[in-house]
Amino acid sequence: MTTPRITPRTTSAHVDYVLGLADDALVSAQRMGWWISRAPQLEEDLALANIGLDLLGQARSLLSHAGRLEGEGRDEDDLAYWRDERDFRNVKLVERPQDDFGVAMARLLVLSTWQSELYAALQRSSDPVLAAVAAKASKEVAYHHDHARQWVLRLGDGTDESHARMQAALDAEWPWVAELFDQSHLDPALVAEGVAVAPESLREPVLRRLGDVVREATLEVPEVAPRVPGGRAGLHTEHLGRLLAEMQHLTRSHPGATW
Amino acid sequence: MSTPREPLWEVFVRSRRGLNHVHVGSLHAPDAAMALRNARDVYTRRQEGVSLWVVPATAITASSPEERDAFFDPAADKIYRHPTFYDVPEGVEHL
Amino acid sequence: MYGNDFTAPDGLRPAPDAGGDEPASFLAVLADGGRIEPRDEMPEAYRRSLVRQIAQHAHSEIIGMQPEGNWIARAPSLRRKGILMAKVQDEAGHGLYLYAAAETLGVDRADLLDQLHDGRQKYSSIFNYPTLTWADMGAIGWLVDGAAIVNQVPLCRCSFGPYARAMVRVCKEESFHQRQGFEILHTLSHGTPAQRAMAQDAVDRYWWPSLMMFGPSDTGPDAATGHTAQSMAWGIKRFSNDELRQRFIDMTVPQAEALGLTLPDPELRWNDERGHYDHGPIDFTELFDVIKGNGPCNQERMAHRVGAHEDGAWVREAAEAYAAKRAPEAVA
Repeated sequence: MTTPRITPRTTSAHVDYVLGLADDALVSAQRMGWWISRAPQLEEDLALANIGLDLLGQARSLLSHAGRLEGEGRDEDDLAYWRDERDFRNVKLVERPQDDFGVAMARLLVLSTWQSELYAALQRSSDPVLAAVAAKASKEVAYHHDHARQWVLRLGDGTDESHARMQAALDAEWPWVAELFDQSHLDPALVAEGVAVAPESLREPVLRRLGDVVREATLEVPEVAPRVPGGRAGLHTEHLGRLLAEMQHLTRSHPGATW
Repeated sequence: MSTPREPLWEVFVRSRRGLNHVHVGSLHAPDAAMALRNARDVYTRRQEGVSLWVVPATAITASSPEERDAFFDPAADKIYRHPTFYDVPEGVEHL
Repeated sequence: MYGNDFTAPDGLRPAPDAGGDEPASFLAVLADGGRIEPRDEMPEAYRRSLVRQIAQHAHSEIIGMQPEGNWIARAPSLRRKGILMAKVQDEAGHGLYLYAAAETLGVDRADLLDQLHDGRQKYSSIFNYPTLTWADMGAIGWLVDGAAIVNQVPLCRCSFGPYARAMVRVCKEESFHQRQGFEILHTLSHGTPAQRAMAQDAVDRYWWPSLMMFGPSDTGPDAATGHTAQSMAWGIKRFSNDELRQRFIDMTVPQAEALGLTLPDPELRWNDERGHYDHGPIDFTELFDVIKGNGPCNQERMAHRVGAHEDGAWVREAAEAYAAKRAPEAVA
């Protein structure tokens, strides 16, 4: 048996890829944290906090990994708190406000469906750290997907009001789904080397699974034009800047301090 | 605004394989599927369990305190059910 | 907090819960140091008193999510963010356990929440203070949770079984809360001058309100006021407010020294004769003013809580409708 030739890459493409996944999780965790004390019922406060904590844990592992790959001595907090808006690599799906429970569940359904397909494939990544993070995260996002699915079913097939609100939430999220499959900012070499999963390869299984849940919930898959991608290249909506301003201000007010 | 009265569920957790499910508390949920998930999020955050039961609180039939004497006192004098009731001669083992 | 049960002197005080009609079986269990269970015979006044106290305790837990929730988005490191999220989540859990304990007495959580929302039931006034800096996360964990723990540990032995069991679970989970608060303050007090000042400021603001969490004085000339005497006779309360407060002070002063922070009471000093720390007089006027609704955040806390409840109504209604469609036989 020949040893597979895995060249350790510390290129910016590899770092950017890991940062993208890290930032998806970090920004999602930041949005999820808002819900704690605002959920429709006490049990849901606990559930959303669990999901937020899972996402934060994924973000921390991935940021630490990105920092090591980069080799400039930046740790998870340097990357979370001292990068500016244009340096964040998350998709735009996750950065927009989600202060409506239907929107929060629609987005969690999309994110967790995509993450579960992604992490399943990434477990075979030639980057062993990425593979290990993916293996752990797979179990977490499977639960997130189940949670989102349960709520989408209930809201879709609940009352007339909830049906309408859930459909509106899907309509609001759907234009941002396509960006998950955009590979225009990904170095094809990363896919060729088995480090990254080709985003396009996830389109079919993710959309199929999403469609199944949406239809089971008596809702319709929105037919909407996708918004232009760009998050992976640091081109965001205006919402991310405000999210980061809030997240980073204390840390940045005290350069060099430890907490 | 009407506040729906969500059913109450009793939660039982098996803390590890080989042990019984033990009652740990209760919670509210609209249906069994959500009750089970809520139980996971509320009662197993610190790895307290490997298996969960949820039971509608209304499905439990309990003995009442008034029945306590009739139910449980008659067992009190059946001390011959316990091994310590019997004298074993000195030196006899494995009994 | 947290299991304390008092109102402002001229506030809307419920009719005094006098004893008197206790069934013999109830008295026998109490005399035996046993636990009263939900289906046991108990005086109506005991039941009412417990419902009020447990509900107030539960309300305090869920309102208590807000002052700390205020800093989740701004936590200065990802490690701190995770700890804070887990802690605020625990508070939701503690509220939930306590509501469940109250429900064993034949009340419904939805009714208790309605009573919180329309102001008929109270929550601990400590949560009507704002969290102005990150150091407040430390002060709340160290002082507020520290005071809560002193109060809650004896409640693990309270005479009502479900309340005692809920408190066992709460105390077990809460053991990390105080420690993480201490750690935050320790890091700050050993950090930059600005961090150190932030830590001292938080302790200055939270020290007196923490002492007030134990309630008004209820020993000596004040022994006949409040619910203390009856609660102790019923085995709900095991120690007076003043005893618990003293215990908290004695425990906290050496910890403050370890932190290198000053407690804002010039009269605080060890009294060899008493074997306790002496402290300056507590000005309860402010506490009563806060209880009456004039604290810095009373309106905001209630608006947040009621807002979340109302915004979630359509979700709860949908879940109920969904369940009804799937189990028509269950809907009589």
